[in-house]
Amino acid sequence: MSGLTDLTIAGARAGLDSGDFSARELAQAHIDAMARHKALNAFITETPERALADADASDARRAKGESAGPMDGVPIAMKDLFCTEGVRSTAGSHILEPFVPPYESTVSGKLKAGGSVMLGKANLDEFAMGSANITSYYGPVTNPWVAGGGDNRQRVPGGSSGGSATAVAARIAIAATGTDTGGSIRQPASFCGIVGLKPTYGRCSRWGIVAFASSLDQAGPMTRTVEDAATMLQVMAGHDPKDSTSAPYATPNFAEKLRAGVKGLKIGVPKEYRVDGMPAEIDRIWHQGADWLRAQGAEVVEISLPHTKYALPTYYIIAPAEASSNLARYDGVRYGLRVPGKDLKEMYENTRAEGFGAEVKRRIMIGTYVLSAGYYDAYYLKAQKVRSLILRDFTQAFEQVDAILTPTAPSAAFALGEKQDDPVQMYLNDVFTVPASMAGLPAISVPGGLSDEGLPLGLHLIGRPFDEVTLVQVAQALEDAAGFSARPAGY
Amino acid sequence: MALDQATVARIANLARIKVTDDELQAWATDLSAIITFVEHLDEVNVDGVEPMTGVGDFPLPLRADKVSDGGYADVVTSNAPEGALGFYTVPKVVE
Repeated sequence: MSGLTDLTIAGARAGLDSGDFSARELAQAHIDAMARHKALNAFITETPERALADADASDARRAKGESAGPMDGVPIAMKDLFCTEGVRSTAGSHILEPFVPPYESTVSGKLKAGGSVMLGKANLDEFAMGSANITSYYGPVTNPWVAGGGDNRQRVPGGSSGGSATAVAARIAIAATGTDTGGSIRQPASFCGIVGLKPTYGRCSRWGIVAFASSLDQAGPMTRTVEDAATMLQVMAGHDPKDSTSAPYATPNFAEKLRAGVKGLKIGVPKEYRVDGMPAEIDRIWHQGADWLRAQGAEVVEISLPHTKYALPTYYIIAPAEASSNLARYDGVRYGLRVPGKDLKEMYENTRAEGFGAEVKRRIMIGTYVLSAGYYDAYYLKAQKVRSLILRDFTQAFEQVDAILTPTAPSAAFALGEKQDDPVQMYLNDVFTVPASMAGLPAISVPGGLSDEGLPLGLHLIGRPFDEVTLVQVAQALEDAAGFSARPAGY
Repeated sequence: MALDQATVARIANLARIKVTDDELQAWATDLSAIITFVEHLDEVNVDGVEPMTGVGDFPLPLRADKVSDGGYADVVTSNAPEGALGFYTVPKVVE
């Protein structure tokens, strides 16, 4: 049954519909893969019994000629940032270690109602803060890819949705949910050789997702094909009155133009993304991506996004500021860890000192500082103004072009232990993904090829707000041209 | 700008995170590197630029000020580290 773990969502649906296998058989094959690859540490909590129950319900529906939708019976991994009713939800943090939500997040609820089969809660950087999945209290996640040429060093899967990316790349799950604040879907997708789509801010409800930076956080699909990403987004998206920032717009058919090609479309290549010290292989794959689109009839033009280099510093004011506010709720009173103290204040301080890891403390303290009296205008207000300029750059660019092509990340997956001493070096991983986040734009990473070392490299497309239809249309053209069929050895 | 130990102590207090005296210098060095990095924004002229305070191009929705949910304190408090009778409990704050 090993072929069952190689299926796409589309392939699984076809096999289930024609009776080639049952949802239970499909679930069991993935549960077996989850057990076999436990050493990757892709999951914080495995839910095999829940998966089988979900699968049985799916089989029962099919037996009656019913379907809950295009993901009915499809085994998925759920990033452990989504609150799931009755299933422990930790956000990768010690402080939420005992937390069992009595409610279901809107997006995980839609996937559940859509018949998907939940294999477990995927590992992630603590509170989604990280780019290598090394800040999880539950240990780092291993990327199933290793370099060629005898270099067997363990590679990071990227972050923060590292468990999700590893689960999909290692054929443990057909698809996974991710969340993206500054690149947390796209960068791990690039590092693990899969597709990761961050929708427009407001496309998917944030209700029930543990909050990191509320003006940036957005849920999205992580899959092995562009078509699957469109299908999964179809199930996840939609207006939700419980999230006031959820867009009150009708959900389009995201796959409407999937096979329409790119003839006549205009693709922008921003000159400011040619950063100093960019590795030659990143530049090469980027040029290759542009050539692929040109060969299929798109017009590729150079554009300018002048404030690109300020996006990352802006992000490291805005995101920590919002995080310091959001994470104030973890006080040892209502849920999670409590560490006693001599009085209430000391209980707060002890709880938060023990419950949060170093990266989370770092961001809470930066956020507290930039919001504090005397510094608010110089840092936070200034960053909000620069954010306006970043958005303006994109708005002007999209007057000329239909989508923007860049590399996803400045490198392939690095080895565990690298870039760990200097937080700023780690933050630079997100240099190409953060600008779209700041502007709330939809963006997708598609596998483009392999690095000189034999590790996956992603190509990144940025689209107009609420135009995921064109985004996946162009992404499909890249996927067709790249013909990426490499897979991690042994998976 | 470099943050000194007193500033770190003040921030840690505001953030309600216990930082011991022997950790202060390490945090000061660590946080200073990030603050120096974000100060690249000093180069940007933002005269006349409005701050971006929201992302959506639609107004925030309004709803009637009516209770629409509730009545299950036991469920709401089910994750409390300590609680009693449907309430959260904390160390004594009033003498």
